[in-house]
Amino acid sequence: MTQFTRRNFIKAAGGAAVAAGAAGFPMVSFGASKKVVVVGGGMGGAAAAKYIRMMDSSIEVTVIEANKHYYTCFMSNEVIHGRRSIDSIRFGYTGLAGHGVKVVHDIVTGIDANKQTVMTKGGHHFKYDRCIVAPGVDFKWEKIEGYDAKVAEDIPHAWKAGSQTVTLRKQIESMKDGGVVAICPPPNPFRCPPGPYERTSLIAAYLKKNKPKSKIVVLDPKPKFSKMGLFTAAWEKYYGYKSSDSMIDWQGTPKGSDDNVLKSVDAKTRTVTTGFNELKADVLNIIPAQKAGKIAFAAGLTKGDWCPVHHNTFESTIHKNIHVIGDAAIQSPLPKSGYAANSEAKVTAAAVVALLNGKDAPTPSWVNTCYSFVHPGDGISVAMVYNLVDGKVSKVKGSGGLTPGYAKSTMEMRAREEQYALSWFKNITHDTFG
Amino acid sequence: MKYRTIVQAMLALSGVALGAAANAATPSGEMLGNTCAGCHGTDGISTGPAIPTIGGLSNDYLVDAMMEYKTGERGSTIMTRIAKGYTDDEIKAMSKFFSGKPYVGNKQKVSAKMAKTGAKLHKKYCEKCHEDGGTSAEDDAGVLAGQWRPYLQYTMEDFHSGARTMPKKMKKKMKAMMDKHGAKGEQALLDYYAGQE
Ligand SMILES: Cc1cc2nc3c(=O)[nH]c(=O)nc-3n(C[C@H](O)[C@H](O)[C@H](O)COP(=O)(O)OP(=O)(O)OC[C@H]3O[C@@H](n4cnc5c(N)ncnc54)[C@H](O)[C@@H]3O)c2cc1C
Repeated sequence: MTQFTRRNFIKAAGGAAVAAGAAGFPMVSFGASKKVVVVGGGMGGAAAAKYIRMMDSSIEVTVIEANKHYYTCFMSNEVIHGRRSIDSIRFGYTGLAGHGVKVVHDIVTGIDANKQTVMTKGGHHFKYDRCIVAPGVDFKWEKIEGYDAKVAEDIPHAWKAGSQTVTLRKQIESMKDGGVVAICPPPNPFRCPPGPYERTSLIAAYLKKNKPKSKIVVLDPKPKFSKMGLFTAAWEKYYGYKSSDSMIDWQGTPKGSDDNVLKSVDAKTRTVTTGFNELKADVLNIIPAQKAGKIAFAAGLTKGDWCPVHHNTFESTIHKNIHVIGDAAIQSPLPKSGYAANSEAKVTAAAVVALLNGKDAPTPSWVNTCYSFVHPGDGISVAMVYNLVDGKVSKVKGSGGLTPGYAKSTMEMRAREEQYALSWFKNITHDTFG
Repeated sequence: MKYRTIVQAMLALSGVALGAAANAATPSGEMLGNTCAGCHGTDGISTGPAIPTIGGLSNDYLVDAMMEYKTGERGSTIMTRIAKGYTDDEIKAMSKFFSGKPYVGNKQKVSAKMAKTGAKLHKKYCEKCHEDGGTSAEDDAGVLAGQWRPYLQYTMEDFHSGARTMPKKMKKKMKAMMDKHGAKGEQALLDYYAGQE
């Protein structure tokens, strides 16, 4: 059976199509000929697939995802703390199938931008009219001597949720009272800027209750971090921060210095060496520097570590008809967050639907809201509304910002923020996978 | 100066804001509404009990709520920060989008006895504005039936603390209700609303 994609048809129709001109050529709908292939069914990819189907059910959407289940990174710090089970952050793909999305479990190994084809490890080829690439992040293992994907099984990064989240939880659970947990956050830019500090807070909450003589040392290669004022205020309130027996010892690195830039790891002794320090830990959590997911490099979609895109459509500035969303894209001032990935997914879905129907991409709008838990019962957040100015994502002046500081925000407000975070989790996962 | 004022007035009339030259056209209600779904659920149907369902509420109610958040008249931990990011036109567009969606309530487990008491109190004190047992969107007073109880609880706390101002009529009725039936009466009302479809 010959299957005509729209491109084929134009070629086959030859002169007639050319004579009618690009704009004049009638966009005849060929039913299943409007094909979208989504690479990666995480926060960005799954939401984009679902929303394209919701907006135009005549478009055939295929998601190619490596894993049968997706574990959300958000709330994974709660698993490490111990108040949530790993099963509660696991999601499957039957919801997407319910929207008529075809879900294929395979690993994408290449994308031929000229032939508009996606290739998989399983040996399959998928033709597309538009492709959406959302592979999340990969790690720069080469920056840390002695650390690689294999060592990470035992000294976890837990920066992709799943088995490593459980490993880290178990290690903290079986650590002796008086032990040292060392956390090595990555340099900017990375997935979830407040994430390492929420993790620090929640591990501290567990230790305070169960192993109060223990310490957490954070060897940070940066001079400051996201929501720093709020986090450190919370650390003072709950974990004695700044006092002589603080549970948390955060060590930043002045600009231009390499004091706490991680150089090497001795896996056997769990010792890390930075530009200035050497530290032996009982539990070690190394979060390496990050770059776009592997497939983005294989497909030639990167410039430096990440993928440049036109912000109005998130279409790659390198390859036509391929859109890159989520952590892999250059989306700043939007952060690399799940909420931002969700927002980018919808802007891209609307653009793809419009473009496949011969229309202009609509004016975009984005939101980001990121909650962090600093202690059970105490939540903080950062929020922002974004619009398109001169072709670039930009913060809407006067909007958004942080939870007011600890002197100004009440405990009751922050207890609500915790509840909002838990409800947000239900809604965003349902919005993505439901 | 005078000329400028006239131009400004004309631009305002035609709905074009000054200084928006670099911005693209106002996003559609759907585009704006989809960004809310991350917290409020797809099509504004919330599955998280601290966050209200906003799909299917009346246009006027939604515009008022957003405008009050924007000006700070209605206090909140997060919505005041977000509402400031939108022009009045954008608020109108997103409100229209959500008001066009069906309202899907969440029938929650509540004490049947309390809910029965609540039904009586509702008739006496609330039905005049929250019509049809709090199920109507058309009364522009917000749908209460099937709304999440934790959210309703927060709302009442905000009314009592003054973070949100009660409309005059509500203030009078609520005072009468509280004087006679106290906090238990209020809990009964919330049970009545949360226990409906
Ligand atoms: C500890 C932690 C806490 C966080 N907390 C929050 C939070 O509170 N709020 C928030 O908004 N964000 C949070 N984040 C960030 C959030 O998880 C990410 O920003 C988000 O997941 C990015 O979405 P994505 O689609 O780009 O990537 P992902 O969600 O990682 O999805 C990528 C998917 O692509 C698949 N994939 C990759 N390559 C291939 C291939 N070649 N073939 C097939 N499939 C492939 C992967 O298996 C994966 O399922 C947190 C992150 C961490 C680590």
